[in-house]
Amino acid sequence: MSNPLIDMQKPDVIFCIGTNMTECHPVAATGLKKAIARGAKMIVADPRKIPLADMADVYLPLRVGSDVALLGAMAHVLVRDGLVDESFIAERTSGYPELKAHVAKFTPQWAEGITGIPAADIERAARMYGEAERGAIYYTLGITEHICGVDNVQSLCNLALLTGNIGREGTGINPMRGQNNIQGAGDAGALPNNYPGFQAVTDPANQAKFAKLYGHEIDLEKGMTKVTALELCGDKIRAMLIDGENTVVTDPDRKHCEHALSSLDHLVVIDLFLTDTGKLADVVLPATAWAETDGVCSNTERRVQRLRAAVPAQGEAMPDWWIVSQIAKRCGIPGFDFESAADVFNELCSLSPIYAGLNWDIIDKGEYHWPVPEMGHPGTPILHQGVFENGRGLFKLLEYRDPAETIDADFPVWLTTGRRLESYHSRTQTGRSSGIDYLLWEETLEVHPDDVESWGLRDGDFCTMTSARGSVRIKVEATNRSPRGTVFTSFSFADVRVNDLTGSGYDPITQTAELKVCPVRIEREQATV
Amino acid sequence: MTQVKPTSGAGRIVLDGDSVEFGAGESILEVATRHARDVPTLCYDPRLDAFGGCRLCVVEVEGVRNPVASCARAAEDGMVVHSSTATLEKYRKTLVEMVCSENRQVDVDPLSGLASQELAALADRYDARTGRFAGAQSGCSYEDDDNPFILRDYDQCISCYRCVRVCAEQEGDFAISIKNRGFGTQITVEFDGLLNASACTFCGQCVQTCPTGALADRKALRYADTPGEIEKTRTICTYCGVGCSVDVLTKGDRMVGVQPAMDGPANQGALCVKGQFAYDFVQHEDRLKTPLLRGEDGELHPASWEDALERAADGFLKALEEHGRHSVYAVASGRAPHEAAYTTQKFIRAGFWNNHVDNCSRA
Repeated sequence: MSNPLIDMQKPDVIFCIGTNMTECHPVAATGLKKAIARGAKMIVADPRKIPLADMADVYLPLRVGSDVALLGAMAHVLVRDGLVDESFIAERTSGYPELKAHVAKFTPQWAEGITGIPAADIERAARMYGEAERGAIYYTLGITEHICGVDNVQSLCNLALLTGNIGREGTGINPMRGQNNIQGAGDAGALPNNYPGFQAVTDPANQAKFAKLYGHEIDLEKGMTKVTALELCGDKIRAMLIDGENTVVTDPDRKHCEHALSSLDHLVVIDLFLTDTGKLADVVLPATAWAETDGVCSNTERRVQRLRAAVPAQGEAMPDWWIVSQIAKRCGIPGFDFESAADVFNELCSLSPIYAGLNWDIIDKGEYHWPVPEMGHPGTPILHQGVFENGRGLFKLLEYRDPAETIDADFPVWLTTGRRLESYHSRTQTGRSSGIDYLLWEETLEVHPDDVESWGLRDGDFCTMTSARGSVRIKVEATNRSPRGTVFTSFSFADVRVNDLTGSGYDPITQTAELKVCPVRIEREQATV
Repeated sequence: MTQVKPTSGAGRIVLDGDSVEFGAGESILEVATRHARDVPTLCYDPRLDAFGGCRLCVVEVEGVRNPVASCARAAEDGMVVHSSTATLEKYRKTLVEMVCSENRQVDVDPLSGLASQELAALADRYDARTGRFAGAQSGCSYEDDDNPFILRDYDQCISCYRCVRVCAEQEGDFAISIKNRGFGTQITVEFDGLLNASACTFCGQCVQTCPTGALADRKALRYADTPGEIEKTRTICTYCGVGCSVDVLTKGDRMVGVQPAMDGPANQGALCVKGQFAYDFVQHEDRLKTPLLRGEDGELHPASWEDALERAADGFLKALEEHGRHSVYAVASGRAPHEAAYTTQKFIRAGFWNNHVDNCSRA
């Protein structure tokens, strides 16, 4: 997030797109509710009529995967109606004349044809955001899990740059991170393109720095993303270490994924449970869980906080860092003589410019948002104040592209997937917590009542849902949350393997999977004779 | 009952003879608390709008005939305030005695909720277990709500409305409401039904703000009879990326509950159903307790750490030897701490001199 969570109470206009925040980040959503109670307006763009939509002043029910068209048309209206911040554009951006010319063709009428949103509502939303003193954008995986995920994010950046809604309190571009330390995994350097602290591996100066520390020159080329690595399992990739990820359940296209991991010569999985991924491994190593592990995590607002052990480990489970270090030592790799989590974290701080002012003791109270460039620095709750790190904010010229697969005669329905309030990912945690089953005990497919009827289904009966990659049996739930022609389910329940179906395509830059769009066919289950 | 605080600028008041500063909009209670006065409260939750219902926080303000509720009255420049006089203390004792008379019991298990000991603490402080107002009691428990998380024991309710207000003001869910008035006042939800059939999301905020245990953490109370003192360990929730601060409650080696941290920088005391109640996975019987190695029979078998680590390392070294340094790959977790991700990337970079490492953020 460019801005801290506390800022969620401060905007005049909130624009939520591709984020089912009341279910996926419920505590963050309380900030928005407070802003609304104070008089803030809210625009919600989502294919599904999620709870946020009920609180919205303008609800934009866009067709899955049509975000670039919607956002391009909003930029068109901002430019056309002069709702842009001329001085911000002049002082802090470049490429405005080109953008202005580029968005001229993206009329709201044109966007209506692609998104299905009435042009008048697009106009209203654009004007509302454009007239805001403090306009803030919030998004989640509904923006990024598309073949055009990068285009979607850059389209949102264009809106913020046009209106100067960045670098100030109560504004910004704010992605909500979905896992407790997914931000931290990147901060700590578990990325194929960056060393710890987002230092590019392609920069020879960084290469030299880490060569000195790690004892050998490391490739100047980026590594493979996990997506590519899975493609090449059994070919170029022969051995893999997976820490705390149930890859075959949560990644798209389960068959492909299982085949990939089974093709390896050597698979080591570190986890709390024997997951479906662990069952494919040669070696499974038991890690300590949350509440058993001392460590550090970064939240969605870049706040660096301490995790503390409250109970002893189960059985012989050990902390992940200890396990990895022991493997490394046995491989003869130097530099793994860590004796505590504090040792590891302090080494990370010494290498990461954004953590240079942090150490294990300083973060005890969780006061710091990175970057913290030197000791004594107060941290950076709001990014991009006064100046952008990389100079000027660059407008990007983007074109709408269809999803990797679009509906046709064989697969006439859009499937989109996500989380529900009471479950989390593959339910390795929530599924093992007593009481959760009282609230959510089975997977369902959310279908508009009209579709239930016209497709010959019945509320509460099972149907068969099929994509180009696979098929699942799932119970039908008639609900107005789904628009006509689009169905929704989560990927939480082991007996409904929704990710057998997904995996139509990937963003060419980030290789993020298009989990939010998958054309399917839905058939009433034939009674067994 | 609610009094709107008039806005006023900063200034000074005389508090028990001391001249003290106050900030714009600060209530007398806030100023007094900041200056270490222990003014008693029951209907007060600092995160919520002042309510002025319980009248325990009354103070004397010179020039004002009756005691004023300090939570609902803004400090004004030049005010002369007495926070604790013999008259006030007598008045407060009577109030606590009356409140205690409302309930079946004053003492409830501390696992009931974060604020559950407030009434008992006041009863101790004012020596109010006198039974002076024994007689009719209001409230009736809602025993047929069999949800696994929130106990609705309204026999213990004192109508402070903290649950109603936290649900509306803090959560924005408006699930909890009130029916009837006066002695017949009852806390309820829409259509007087079950929580699960209402707008309730089971975030547990009502449980944590209830000062009497009328709304209680039914899940934690499973461990009420487990021997041992409750210890609290501050950590961060394991679920989404908001990073809510929580206290993990333990008795000995057993996790018995979770409570929100009111001073948590990311959540200011808020939690959701997952962070509040979905913690049993930690001590679940399905946890892996030893390393597992795939045997010659093709099955996974328990093994010693020494054998497992040796085998893990051998497989990577063999790949290195036979297929080169680009044949090894690592995936870090988005749910393990920094130290896990840091060592994982260092394993690849220091060991195989390339950048074949990623985390689970692309799917």
